Amino acid sequence: MSNPTAAETLKKTPLHGAHVALGARMVPFGGWDMPVQYSGIIEEHHAVRKAVGLFDVSHMGEFYVSGEGAAAFLARMVPGDVLNLPVGKCLYTQFTRPTGGVVDDTIICRFADRYLLVVNASNIDKDWAWLSEHKPFDVTLENYSPETAMIALQGPLAETVMREAATPGLAELPFFGIALGKIFGVDVAVSRTGYTGEDGFEIYMPNAYAERLWHGFLATGESYGIRPAGLGARDTLRLEAGLPLYGHELNDETTPIESGFGWTVKSEADYLGKDVIARQKAEGPSKKLVGLTMQGKQIAREGYPVFLGDRQVGTVASGAPSPTIGAPIATAFVEADAATMGGTLEVEIRGKRFPATVGRTAFYKRSKN
Amino acid sequence: MIPQDLKYTKSHEYVRFSGDEATIGITNFAADQLGDVVFVELPEVGRVLKKGESFGVIESVKAVSDLYSPIGGTVVAINESLNDEPSMINEDSFGEGWIIKLQPANLEDAADALNPEQYQALIGA
Repeated sequence: MSNPTAAETLKKTPLHGAHVALGARMVPFGGWDMPVQYSGIIEEHHAVRKAVGLFDVSHMGEFYVSGEGAAAFLARMVPGDVLNLPVGKCLYTQFTRPTGGVVDDTIICRFADRYLLVVNASNIDKDWAWLSEHKPFDVTLENYSPETAMIALQGPLAETVMREAATPGLAELPFFGIALGKIFGVDVAVSRTGYTGEDGFEIYMPNAYAERLWHGFLATGESYGIRPAGLGARDTLRLEAGLPLYGHELNDETTPIESGFGWTVKSEADYLGKDVIARQKAEGPSKKLVGLTMQGKQIAREGYPVFLGDRQVGTVASGAPSPTIGAPIATAFVEADAATMGGTLEVEIRGKRFPATVGRTAFYKRSKN
Repeated sequence: MIPQDLKYTKSHEYVRFSGDEATIGITNFAADQLGDVVFVELPEVGRVLKKGESFGVIESVKAVSDLYSPIGGTVVAINESLNDEPSMINEDSFGEGWIIKLQPANLEDAADALNPEQYQALIGA
C-alpha cells in the first residue's frame, strides 16, 4: 500500500486540541492541520443527513468590507446582485476576473454598517491581494481570518439544537439570513448557511470562545445524535448536494456559467468579466459541468478522462462514493454537445473505461418539511 | 494487536504462510489509516506476480492506494467477498478481510520482509 506523506508546518485552529482529544485523524488542508474524520467518514456523513453534525471550519477566511464605496466596490467584484442585498441577508457569489474566470467563491453577508465576506481557507492570501488591488480609496478592507473561529452546525436537527443553545431569534433565522446574538453566553454572528445540502447554521466568533461553543453543542446535541464531522464528510456531503469546491468545480480559467452557476449571475452592474459571462449566459458555454453517476462500483476521481465513444470529451472535477445514493458519483467538465442529461459517458479508470449516467450536479436534495 | 506469526512490508501488506500457500492482505494499522474501505480491485486468478509488483488497488472514501505483493508467485485465490463487502478489510483485515492467496515462487522472497517487532517499530505502536 502507498505510504501517507509527511505533514509540513501547518496552522492550527483554536479547536485543534479538541479534535486530537476526540481521536480525530488530522490531515493537511489548505495549509491547516484539520480533522478529516473522527469515527469514520460514512458514519459522520449519515449523521449530518439524518440528525446533526458539527464541523470546525475555522480555517476559512473572514473579511470585512465597509466605507461609503463598499456596495459599489463589491458590485464591481462579483456577478451576484450585491446591490440589492438587504441588511441581514447573505449571498452566494464569486470574485470574477476580466476573463470571466473565478478567483474564488464567497458568501457575502450584509450587516447594517459593513459586509462580511467568507472565503476559502486556501485562497485567503489570493483573495486579499485581489480585493486590495481593486479597492477604491473610500472602502476599508479588513482581514479578520486569524482571530475568527467558525463552527458549522448542520442537519435536520440543527434548528432543534440551536433553539436550546441560542438566544431567541437565531434558531428562527430565514435561509441565508444572518444575525448577531448569544450562544452559550458568547456573542456571535450566525448565518443560516452551510455546505452540506442540509438545513443548518454557520457561527462566527472570536477564537477564545470556540471551545466553549464546540463542547456546548456536543453536550446539548448528544440526545439528538450529534457527531463531530470532519473534512471527509464535508466533501462527500457537498458533492452530493452539488455545491462547488474551489480548485475542482471552480477555477481561474472557468467561468461561473461553465461551472453551472449561471443562476447566481444576476447583477446588472458592470462587474469584472461581465462581457464574457453575460454572453455565455445568453448563448450557452462550450463546456459544461455535469453530474456523473457510475453504473458500476468503480470510483471516478479528480483528473480521470471522460469519453464519448472514442473521443475524450472532458475530465472529472470531483469524485467520491456517495453514502446517500450508494453509488460512486462525480462532477466533470465536458464539451457541451456531450452533456446530454440521461445519456451515458465513460470514465477511464486505470486504463479501462466504465459507463456513467449524465445528470445534474445536485445528486441529492433534502426534502422540505 | 499485531499477529506474531506474519511477515510485513513497509507498505503495510502482510503475508501469512500456511503449507504451500501464502495469504496476503493489508494490516489493521493500514486499514485504520485508510478509513472506510469502499472498493478493492482484485487480480485474476492465475496471474503471476513478481515480488514488489502491484497486484490491485484499494480505495477508501478519500484515497486510492496500490497494493504490492510482498513475494513473487501465482495467484491461486482472490477474496471475492470483498466485491460486496470491502468493509471486511476495516473489520477483520488479518482474517476475513484477506485479499489474495499466492502459490509462492520462491520462499526466499520473504527473507527481507519485516518481522512483527520491526513492523511494530515502523508504525510506532
